[in-house]
This record gives sequence, structure tokens and C-alpha cells, in this order.
Amino acid sequence: MSTNKPVALLVAVAVYALAQPPARPGEKGRIVASRTAIEDSKEDPAAVDRGGKLFAAQCGRCHGNSAKGLESGPNLIYSLLVLRDEKGALIAPVLRSGRPDQGMPKPDLTETQISDIVAWLHAQTYAADHRTTYEWLDVVTGDPKKGEAYFNTTGKCAGCHSVTGDLAGVGKKLDPFTLQTRWVNPASAPGALSERAAVRVTVTLPSGQTFSGRLERISDFDVALRDPSGEYRSFSRDGAVPKVETSDPLKAHKELLREYKDADIHNVTAYLVTLK
Amino acid sequence: MKLLLTCLALLASPVPGQTLTRADLIKALGSSWPTYNGDYSGRRFSALDQINGSNVHTLSLAWVTRFTADYGGVQIKSTPLVVNGILYFTSPNSVWAADARTGRQIWHYQYPRNTGSTIGNRGVGMYGDWLFFESPDSQLISLDAKTGKERWKVQIADPKLDYTSTVAPVIVGNHVLVGIGGDHLDNPGFLESNDPETGALQWKWFTTPRKGEPGIETWPSEQAAAHGTGQTWIPGTYDPELNLYYIGTGNPNPVLAGQGRKGDNLYTCSIVALNPDTGKMVWYYQVNPHDTHDWDAVQTPLLIDGEIDGRPRKLLAQASRNGYFFVLDRTNGSHILTRPYIDTVNWSKGLNAKGQPVPDPAKEPTTDGVLVSPAEGGGTNWPAPSFSPDTGMFYVGTTSGYALYYITDDDDYPVGWGGRDIAVGSDGSSLIAIDYKTGKVVWRHEWPGGGGPSHILTTAGKLLFTHNQNYLIAFDPANGKILWHAGLTAAPTAGLITYLLDGKQYLLVAAGDSLYTFTVNSPK
Repeated sequence: MSTNKPVALLVAVAVYALAQPPARPGEKGRIVASRTAIEDSKEDPAAVDRGGKLFAAQCGRCHGNSAKGLESGPNLIYSLLVLRDEKGALIAPVLRSGRPDQGMPKPDLTETQISDIVAWLHAQTYAADHRTTYEWLDVVTGDPKKGEAYFNTTGKCAGCHSVTGDLAGVGKKLDPFTLQTRWVNPASAPGALSERAAVRVTVTLPSGQTFSGRLERISDFDVALRDPSGEYRSFSRDGAVPKVETSDPLKAHKELLREYKDADIHNVTAYLVTLK
Repeated sequence: MKLLLTCLALLASPVPGQTLTRADLIKALGSSWPTYNGDYSGRRFSALDQINGSNVHTLSLAWVTRFTADYGGVQIKSTPLVVNGILYFTSPNSVWAADARTGRQIWHYQYPRNTGSTIGNRGVGMYGDWLFFESPDSQLISLDAKTGKERWKVQIADPKLDYTSTVAPVIVGNHVLVGIGGDHLDNPGFLESNDPETGALQWKWFTTPRKGEPGIETWPSEQAAAHGTGQTWIPGTYDPELNLYYIGTGNPNPVLAGQGRKGDNLYTCSIVALNPDTGKMVWYYQVNPHDTHDWDAVQTPLLIDGEIDGRPRKLLAQASRNGYFFVLDRTNGSHILTRPYIDTVNWSKGLNAKGQPVPDPAKEPTTDGVLVSPAEGGGTNWPAPSFSPDTGMFYVGTTSGYALYYITDDDDYPVGWGGRDIAVGSDGSSLIAIDYKTGKVVWRHEWPGGGGPSHILTTAGKLLFTHNQNYLIAFDPANGKILWHAGLTAAPTAGLITYLLDGKQYLLVAAGDSLYTFTVNSPK
């Protein structure tokens, strides 16, 4: 096996064979590629849009509208021919002539239409392959009334937060997904290490002298802080000397991670979304 | 006299690429480090004791060397090998040989630019005078260890399928055992064996069954099984007496969206025993049926010759990414114990009769998100665990994270990941010691500033070496007491090793683009 060609051919044949799916009743035909994926794939968004509609009309009956395959046609997202294609060099001939020997009729497409379908297929495979381009679906499924009750009772959120104060208008400022992520974990917000969320530390030297401020770093061997005047101070640590005490304003949030039921999370999000 | 001087000169200077034999690979870990885990057991326990509890406070820097490539930055995520005084290590697209006494580069092999993933490379395998290395674009390459010149290369997967080829090959007999990674595009997972002389394929074992094979009933269709992935991205372990190669398999695909692959999805997220001569599976144990959280079970299946209920047993232990510690009988895969090693695990309804955690369907990802611990990175991940026969403890780095797991593709037949996860906090990261007989955590050292799982090495010098942030740290493995530390200019990025040269024991750590070695000044 000094050359890779036989292997590559075998893999191509194998992947093609594997790509024969069973019947797929109930396929939602979800279009995989998000706007981000289309942009990142460097395909022309207008061509991708046109190509998607053409594909559904001309190819969807056999391959599924999302190209994931149906009983009558293979999954094209996994297709090596599609994955290896560059600017239609491999796909276009198939779209021009069909594959009559394999039961694929010759489609009736212009060259522009062919290049639109090629663009759409590339956007689809790029999207499937790049999870950071996936878009969230609906996260607002909870009951806002129950969310409000949780906020004021079980969650004890109202002890630190006010819907007319720090959370006023939060449902307008943030999209529901970002809102859910942020309230479950405020440290995930950009600039989260703001003064309010920052861990505080007090270092007490053997002499009794103390230094307090915002924690900058901590390990078993050193601790560093920025004091209220903005001065940076660091100390070596050797076991319990000096004494180091930290307090985390987000402690209650972290402890709640052990307590939440998923319904609590969805209900609170549904409630916070109403704070326009 | 001249002949004698020549002989002495040969003894005094390292001879690059002296043949590494099968016997060298089978013996317990001593002065060299000839395979990914040091020896086949995966214990990363060295019999060396020159550096020990009584002198570790004098451990100090011997040499540090920075390595550069012809293009791109260097991150050494490979456990270096040491054979006959020469170090062999990698980063994606690079292999180096260096003098283990001084850090002096002997040669550098530069693979050409390509579009493969450069997430990391776990190192080379060695047999005879030959090295074996995976390129990012899925070539298996053999180099002459003396010169760094290419002997042959073979394509092990199509780069267009976006595999992640990072695995250090392991050599068993005349088999170069090669795994692969990458779960972006529902690619078939496999382990294959190649001929060390020619690279020719000897056998290929797919991690999921094909038509008519046992286990196919755990998938809804042949297509779902064939595209069910289950990659093999961490080197396995080997028992020469049983002639069994053990490897953990990766997560099923689509990764987070399990609705198109209902069933247990064998043999993903499993520990499997293969006959290295035939590639036939002898037994399997699935630690994570129907995974929907990216918790592959590739973590080192570590071999322990231990005792259970007063009887000597051939055991296999794994701290798995899903948060559970497992002990099996490695002769037949029978279950001995299962116990969570972090206390935040919330995804299972309990253990079934076989000791497998039963997934709670309510904790499968949803469109509106479910809160699950561990987070996607797992209770632990690829950093190497260790086992000390002196203490009887299994050491592993852990993280008690939480994530919201979402479905983004609610189609009946999703593709790729089909979902996303967002980390939402952590109860911290620790170094823990587990009693393999009970699964109980004997001691836990929590890292004050977090930092994730770390690589671990234990030695007969009654020491445990690991790292946190930019610190290299020695612990007493019996009780978790810190004995020594040294600050580096970067955080360690690969497995720690130790070796003996000219009567001197070295501790070596890779951190970013540099290797650091430490020795004791006064061994006596």
C-alpha cells in the first residue's frame, strides 16, 4: 500500500454505499446552514439561497430537501464527491448529465442554476462540519409565572437582584439565548469580571498586616490582588502562610447549579424575557 | 587501546536510533521511555527512585530548550519517547530528535503545509530504528530515527472527511496500531494495524458494527451505525500475556443530537479488548450507553495487577470522561466496580446490573437547554492518569463543570454535532487519588485557581509529579502533600516523563514550545 489511490477509491465506494439511507418519514428537511455558516463558507449568499430552492425543487424528492438523503437518493452531506469538489469541477458533470446507470435522471438545469446548487451544497457541508455556526432554536419554552415565583421564592434571586433595578429591561437588551446563558452563569458575560462580579481577597501576613482587593490570580504558590487604590500586590504562599481568604459574589449562582431543575431554568428565562 | 577508546567513546556518546526491540517494549518502565505511556500498562509509574521524597527539595533545572518549526507556532502535546539517550517528540507537522542529556536538537522533520487540524499531536511510536507519526491530513509516516528521513507514508483516511489525526501510534509485535480522531462529520471510527516495514494495512477494525455484525441491533439503521463515529484518539494499553490490546472508543455521532441513533450505539464509548494479530474484538464493556454529551471513553484503560477480595486479579481501570471510575477484569471484561469520582454528576438514573450508568433521558440535550455535569470536556479528558503500585492508588486530574446542552438540529436525522453546549460554571478542578479496590477518593487536592485536568507521573521514589497553571509540582502520592514546585514560562502541555542517563535521573516536562528537565544536585 505504497500509494493511497486504492484506499481512497475504496473509501469513496464505501462512503457512497453507506450513504444509502432507509426511508425517512417525518424529516423536517431543516436547512442546516445558518447565515454565519454561509458567510464563513465564502459562498455567495444569493447563490446559496437560489441553490437551496432549486435543490428542493429538482433534487429534494430523492435526496431530501436538506440533502441528507432519502430512500431513493444518498446523503450528499457525507458524499466524498461533494466534499472533494472545488467550484463544481466534480458536481457539475453529475448535474449536467445525471447518473442514469445509478437511477439518477438528467436534471433540467442551466449552468447558472448548476453553480447555484453547487454553492448551496458547499454551504451545507461546511455548516454540518462547523458546529460553532449552528443556530439555537427556541429557548423560551417555560412558564413566566412559575419563573417569577421561583425568582422570588426558591431561587432567592430577589435577595440580590431587582426586576426594576439591575434587571430592568433585560429582556429587551439580550436575546433569549444570551439571557439564559448569562443569568445561569453571569461570569460568561463579556466584561464579567467587572467590579461587581470580581472575587475579593484578603491576605493577612504573619505580622497581622492585611491587604484586600480584587483577586488577580491565585495558585498554591502565589496570590495577587489589586487594592482599591489600583495598586497590584503579589505574595508567595507556603501552605497556610500568609492567610488567604476569598469571597466570591457569584457564590450563590455557583451553588444553585447543584439545585436547579431544568424547568426552573426555562421558567426563569421565560420570566426574564418579559422584562422589556 | 585505540579500540578500547573507541568503545568508550561509543559508550559515552548517544548512538542515535539504536534498535528498540520487542523485549524493550515489554519490560517494566525503567531508564528509558519507549512508548506513549512509558510501558504498555498505561500506569506511568517509573521504577526510578534517584529523585525521591528525601531529596526532591533539591530538584533543579538541568536544561531547557525551545524548539521552532519552519512555519507556525509550536505546541508540544506529545509525550516524548526516550530511547538510548535520544528524545523523540512532536507537534502537528513536526517531529524532533534531541539529545536527552542536553536538549540539543539532532534533527527536525518538517511535514509540508496542509489543511488538517493542528489541535495537537500526541507523539511518535517507535520500533527498531523507525518512528511512526500521524500527519494532520491523515497520513501515517515512518521516519528513520537516526536521520529523520521519511521511509514511507500511507493515507489512513481521506482528509476531506475532516478527521483529526493526532494519535501516537503504539507498536505491538509487528503491528503499528493507529487510531484516529475527529467527530465533525459523522465519519466512521476505526483502529487499524499497519506493517512497520512497508506501511501496508494488516487489519482495520471499525468501532461500530456493519450489516449482520453483532451490535448492529443497538442502532436504528446500518447507515446510523456506519456514520456513528466512535473515534480512537488516545493510545491504548497492552497485556503481553493475554495478547490483548485495550482501547477506549469515542462518542457516537451525531454528537449531541441522539434522536437519529436511538439505542446503546455499540461500540462507542466503550473499553474494548482486541487481538492485535487479527484485529478481532475479544470483549467489550460500554461505559456510556447512548452518549449525547461528547463524553468519549478514550481515557487510558490502565492495567493494574491487583487484588480484589484477597484474590490476585488482572484488572483494568479507567476514570472515564463521563465522571465515573470503572474497574474491570481485563481477561474477559467482566465488571468489578463503578463509582463517580466527582460529586456533581447528574445525568444518570443509577447503575444497571452490569454496573453501567443508565442515562437519564431528561438530561439529553433539548432545544431549550438542559443543565448537566460534567460539562462537555468531561470529569477528566486526555491528560494522562497514573497508578502507583506502592500506594495502590489511581491518580487523575478532574473538573466538576456544568454546561447547558442544546439541540440545534431537531430533524429526525441530524448531522454533525446537531447541537451546542455552553459551559456555565464549575465546582473546581482537582488532583484526586482513588483506591482501585473501592473506587473511593482517598485524597483530593483542589487547585485554588482552577485549571483543568493535569498530566500525572508517579515513581518508585514515592513521588507524584503533576502541574497546575505554570507550575510543575511534586506531591507525596500517599497523602497529597505538596513537596516541591518550580515555575515555568508556560503551562505544561503534555505527559511528564522520567529517564536515567549516565547514572542521573531526569524529570522532563513539555510546556508550549519548550522542554524542561530537572535533576537532583546531590543524589546520594
